[in-house]
Amino acid sequence: MMLDNVNWQNMLNATTETLYMTFFATVFVFIFGLIIGLVLFLTSPYQILENKWINGILSAFVNIFRSIPFIILVVLLIPLTRALVGTMLGPTAALPALIIGAAPFYARLVEIALREIDKGVLEAATAMGATLRTIIFKVLIPESLPALISGITVTTISLVSFTAMAGVIGAGGLGNLAYLEGFQRSRMDVVWVATLIILMIVFIIQQIGDFITKRIDKR
Amino acid sequence: MISLNQVKKVFATPHGEVKAIDHIDLTVEKGEIFGVIGYSGAGKSTLIRTLNLLEKPSSGSVLVDGQDLTKISRKELRLMRQQIGMIFQHFNLLWSRTVYENIAFSLEISNVNKGEIKSRVMELIELVGLKGRENSYPSQLSGGQKQRVGIARALANHPKVLLCDEATSALDPQTTDEILDLLAKINHKYQLTIILITHEMDVIRKICHKVAIMDKGKIVEQGKVLEIFQHPKHPVTQRFIKQTVNDDDSHEIIQNLITSYPEGNILQLKYLQDTIEKPFISEAIRRYNISINIIHGKVIHTQEGGHGSLYIQLTGTDSEKALQYLTESGIELEVIK
Repeated sequence: MMLDNVNWQNMLNATTETLYMTFFATVFVFIFGLIIGLVLFLTSPYQILENKWINGILSAFVNIFRSIPFIILVVLLIPLTRALVGTMLGPTAALPALIIGAAPFYARLVEIALREIDKGVLEAATAMGATLRTIIFKVLIPESLPALISGITVTTISLVSFTAMAGVIGAGGLGNLAYLEGFQRSRMDVVWVATLIILMIVFIIQQIGDFITKRIDKR
Repeated sequence: MISLNQVKKVFATPHGEVKAIDHIDLTVEKGEIFGVIGYSGAGKSTLIRTLNLLEKPSSGSVLVDGQDLTKISRKELRLMRQQIGMIFQHFNLLWSRTVYENIAFSLEISNVNKGEIKSRVMELIELVGLKGRENSYPSQLSGGQKQRVGIARALANHPKVLLCDEATSALDPQTTDEILDLLAKINHKYQLTIILITHEMDVIRKICHKVAIMDKGKIVEQGKVLEIFQHPKHPVTQRFIKQTVNDDDSHEIIQNLITSYPEGNILQLKYLQDTIEKPFISEAIRRYNISINIIHGKVIHTQEGGHGSLYIQLTGTDSEKALQYLTESGIELEVIK
């Protein structure tokens, strides 16, 4: 009975889909989260682009999308996904929901990371006559990089579990496999194998994240 | 080089407005080392930060090299700031960059090309005495070394002015002296105008030419360092000077001298910079029938010479004449007994 029901080819395909969704969602979440986080930071009180309105609106937007349970967000985003991807099925269709669900979360982590930067360093850069662009690319990002990397590691790991949830409603991947071929048909060995693979993916992501963080931190 | 006219900075706090600096007038000549001293909260930090507009004055004008910083555009201000170096109490280096890259940073800001950056950075590393450490990260350096990087970074663009915001306050006395020597050397070598703020009179004494004393947002006294040391007028100034001279002119010590040396007169001689190097005492002994016993004394050296005070016991039949001679020689003297 052990693992008799496991179709390894399907398992491999599902793993590939999970990795595909996780990878592309992470790339976009990193980009959007970084941009939103930077704007949140720069427009906050006493910062270079202090702006109560932009900060307030963006902050509200981030809080709202962070509070909506992911499974509901997927449903709410069906029209948007249809418009963007053309279908609700398959791993690509999961991307809009994954990105919109995780980017606000990462944006907050980015904002926190930027707040941790020594104020004096920003002041020194301003005193040297640096442009905003220089401050962003040569001070803010490099000086917060370890926190940005550990933040994206955490976010990627939650993305893995988001992909499993998205899988239940048709996005494919290990979550979909575990639910449809495992749970629905009472084949618990399939559920266990899928879970184990997800655990391994999470473990590897954490290891990579920790390794990079350690390497770049010169403090 | 720098002039502040009626500069005022007001901060709004929940308890009302606070005047950090209040109608400050200040002029700093080219090539000068100008010190600003005050206790914490006196407004000196705000003052130095208005000089590159890190703090925008509420009113008044800030002229650097003839340009009013409060009236120029953001872009012009950025370019102007590249001409005003600044070093900080906590160094404010980028931890993510090596010594070399930290110094290169200010050159990157002013768009210097890579080849020039390399030669300029190496030259600066040599100047501040960090040869061999160019690939170290700030976390691997001592406080003094970090400040050297800060100085190199501030000098990279050949600034017109160097602002030092409590640059030695986080350093031990030995390292403080080394950094002060480096600043004096740079001032001398490049005729660079330096403005520094500090709460230590020793820093002022060792390298400054002129000093302004701040209290409660105002400059209460300013002038040449030596003159201020000789004739401090404001009580705050007097307190700062006592701090550096170890205050051994106290009342108790003088009373002690009077009881320990009952005979003759006890005099306090104050030497000024012109009289300090001449042998008035031996001259007086040679001319008159007197004997002099030196009982207590000290000499303080500043950038522009020293001044001193000496307690002597004067005995002998010509005491009166000797007193007159010393007075006429330009020595300030006070007969204590």
